[in-house]
Amino acid sequence: MTATTGLSRRGFIVGTGATGLTIGILAACGPGGKDAPAEAGPPPPEVNAWVHIGTDDIVTVRIARSEMGQGTLTGLAQLVAEELECDWDFVKTEYPTPGQNLARDRVWGDFLTGGSRGIRTSQDYVREGGAAARMMLVQAAANRWEVPVSECSAAKSIITHTPSGKTIRYGEVAADAAELPAPETVTLKDPSEWKIIGQSVPRLDTVDKVTGKQLYTTDMKMDGMLNAAVKAAPKRGGTIKSYDAEAVNSMPGVKAVVQVDDTAVAVVADYWWQAKTALDSLPIEWQDGEGSDFSSSAFEADLNEGLTASETFIGNQAGDVDSAFAEAAQVIEAQYNAPHQNHACMEPMNAIALWTPEKCEVWCPTQNGEAALAAASEAADLPIQKCDVYKQLLGGGFGRKGASDYISQAVKIAKQMPGTPIKLLWSREEDMEQGFYHPITKARCQGALDADGNLVGLKLRISGQSILAGIMPQALNDGADMVVFQGLLPSGVDPRLEDQSIKYTFPTLLVDHAMRNPPVRPGFWRGVNANQNAIYLECFMDELAHAAGRDPLEFRLAHLKDSPKMATVLQAVADKSGWGADDGLSRGLCCFYSFGSYTAACAEVTVSDEGELKMHRIVAATDPGYGVNPQQIDAQVAGSFVYGLSAMLHQEITFENGETQQKNFNTYNSMRIAEMPDVETLVMPSGGFWGGVGEPTIAVAPPAVLNAIYAATGKRIRQLPIKDQALR
Amino acid sequence: MATLKVNGQVMTVDVDESTPLLWVLREQLGLTGTKYGCGIAECGACTIHIDGQAVRSCVYPVGALAGDEEITTIEGLSEDGSHPVQQAWVELDVPQCGFCQPGMIMAAAGLLNDNPDATDEDIDATITNICRCGTFTRVRKGIHLAKTKKA
Repeated sequence: MTATTGLSRRGFIVGTGATGLTIGILAACGPGGKDAPAEAGPPPPEVNAWVHIGTDDIVTVRIARSEMGQGTLTGLAQLVAEELECDWDFVKTEYPTPGQNLARDRVWGDFLTGGSRGIRTSQDYVREGGAAARMMLVQAAANRWEVPVSECSAAKSIITHTPSGKTIRYGEVAADAAELPAPETVTLKDPSEWKIIGQSVPRLDTVDKVTGKQLYTTDMKMDGMLNAAVKAAPKRGGTIKSYDAEAVNSMPGVKAVVQVDDTAVAVVADYWWQAKTALDSLPIEWQDGEGSDFSSSAFEADLNEGLTASETFIGNQAGDVDSAFAEAAQVIEAQYNAPHQNHACMEPMNAIALWTPEKCEVWCPTQNGEAALAAASEAADLPIQKCDVYKQLLGGGFGRKGASDYISQAVKIAKQMPGTPIKLLWSREEDMEQGFYHPITKARCQGALDADGNLVGLKLRISGQSILAGIMPQALNDGADMVVFQGLLPSGVDPRLEDQSIKYTFPTLLVDHAMRNPPVRPGFWRGVNANQNAIYLECFMDELAHAAGRDPLEFRLAHLKDSPKMATVLQAVADKSGWGADDGLSRGLCCFYSFGSYTAACAEVTVSDEGELKMHRIVAATDPGYGVNPQQIDAQVAGSFVYGLSAMLHQEITFENGETQQKNFNTYNSMRIAEMPDVETLVMPSGGFWGGVGEPTIAVAPPAVLNAIYAATGKRIRQLPIKDQALR
Repeated sequence: MATLKVNGQVMTVDVDESTPLLWVLREQLGLTGTKYGCGIAECGACTIHIDGQAVRSCVYPVGALAGDEEITTIEGLSEDGSHPVQQAWVELDVPQCGFCQPGMIMAAAGLLNDNPDATDEDIDATITNICRCGTFTRVRKGIHLAKTKKA
């Protein structure tokens, strides 16, 4: 069976470069993941992909998404190469710039890289792009040979005329192909015919990363470039009152002290170390503002008040939950929390900007090229057509580099030094203080069990911060932030929310949100709200199972009868781990659906008599529908566990008098290899849908470990992070 | 002024003696493979070798060098990426974003310099670099694989 994609709503763009064929596709794209809040605002974006084939047979796949370690660059190239029938060894990639995109009426559409959408919301048009290019190449060969196209086929970048055995390389007909009209329809391969998709091919970007040759923005150098270190008001809402540039002007290498805007000042010097040294000596007086007296400990009262508040936003409601609770044989209640956390990408925020009255150019890591361009234009005070952003490889993103604050800063500094390229680099301390933090919430979980231990009612009250209210209020839905309910939303109601729906079926259910926003800017943090929602739901499911006297696996499966895919991944991790084995290991389970993928984990731990936790192994399963590169899915699963478990074990950002208390990795720790469990990844693509990979599994590791700790100790850990808490 | 021997070459740089070696390497000598991650020797992104020992260069003042030490950065670990750790890293596709990997590789190579038969316990005790992408499971496999390879 082959699937034919209707191209009636799509238009191809064909162009000739000096060296061969380029094909792009304009596609009217429907709504993507619901965690794309922008979708609540502007109309659906155009999307496209570009393939370029040189006379040397080199296939250059142009990638609109950002590569930040997640392997999207390689995965998208696999999708194109599959339909193009090209030789994988000839595949290269490159990024178009946001400015080029603008100049071509947004032919590449949306550059946003987040929400685990790199593959799943691009797969259709990039495959179509590859297929269209193949058809045009084959047609060009048929024309040259004056034979029917039906007698020709393509494989490994070579076109063959079957009756005569004649062959020709892609590169030889690429220029001819570029002159042909684009096909009106393309037929995509059936997944059973895939040869490159589904293969664990090596990443395209590994070799330079092991030799030090890979350049990140901070490694780039330009003629006449100067380096800038920046300090923004450490307190929430703070502004600059005054600073004494004279005190540092004569320090080694210092070229300028620049007020960036109301909130930040920068020192520009020959070298960054000189800039930072001078900045550390710069006397600055700050002016307090709204939020400058904020403290996390005081905010606790607001969160607690929200747990029982009567005014809430409802995220999911089924049946008469109050009656279920009134008639329950047993009611169980627990409270959990999730603190503020910082992304702490290994590569701190940085950007290079070059400003002249005619043009502004920026080189930077960004997850959102178009937003970066808009920010550059605004900061440069130049029309957007006179600006461009050259995306570089990200040294980690995790959501943080979807924001453009550091890009604006670099441009504002460069604007004060026309013609001089300015490389801005944040110190780690600046990175910790000026985050877009994972939002803070608490949850009140209540369950109603009948006399037979069946769960007849579940209430989850989330109290706390909304990301959308903080940074994208235009995306709120009558004041409600539906992103708060990731993984807990109803299915079959809103297609934009379907990829974040709950897979359990409960007789009665109420999930609601009391929005309580601190004066701390929140952000999308890898996994976003699925992280704590999985803890709230899945640790509490474990509590309910134990209260009901039932096996946690059996208890979960009893509520997954409407979701065989979820039941399958859960059963798989239980089987693989040896759930129920008497081998000295304590096990905990979790299953969760987010970003369109079914995921489950079984953690195996021991807790010593002294309360020392050892995570031995986590067996993880994911069903993302289709698995483009299984070895990279494995890398993402294990990597996501480090992100999630670092948060569970160690990470909490707290504020006192408006200021971040944690300044570096010594007080905001991240997991090291000694704490890392073995990870056994079960990639279980069941087909028929495209789910995300980078984020979904992050959510299942912490609940599985917390449930395993309970299995080991009989003690529930409900306060995160677990550092400084006695496990026994 | 400071004199350094880096990747086999003797170099003289005009620099304040308190400047961390990291910034001399990156900014004065253009050896940008070595990364800044924290500035307080917590994350290990700046790991280099001094006389074959893994050292965190972000807190190592250049003035503390005598000048005759053999400093090795990721660029000098091998001429062509053929160091056993680099070979293993490519074979297992260890890096994700890659930013911490030069430091991780230098830490791993330093461990194997000291202890060619490093065990899991040795790895746990010695490799304390932070990787936010979370490459640890492959880093561990990579170190064990590197033990079986020749440069």
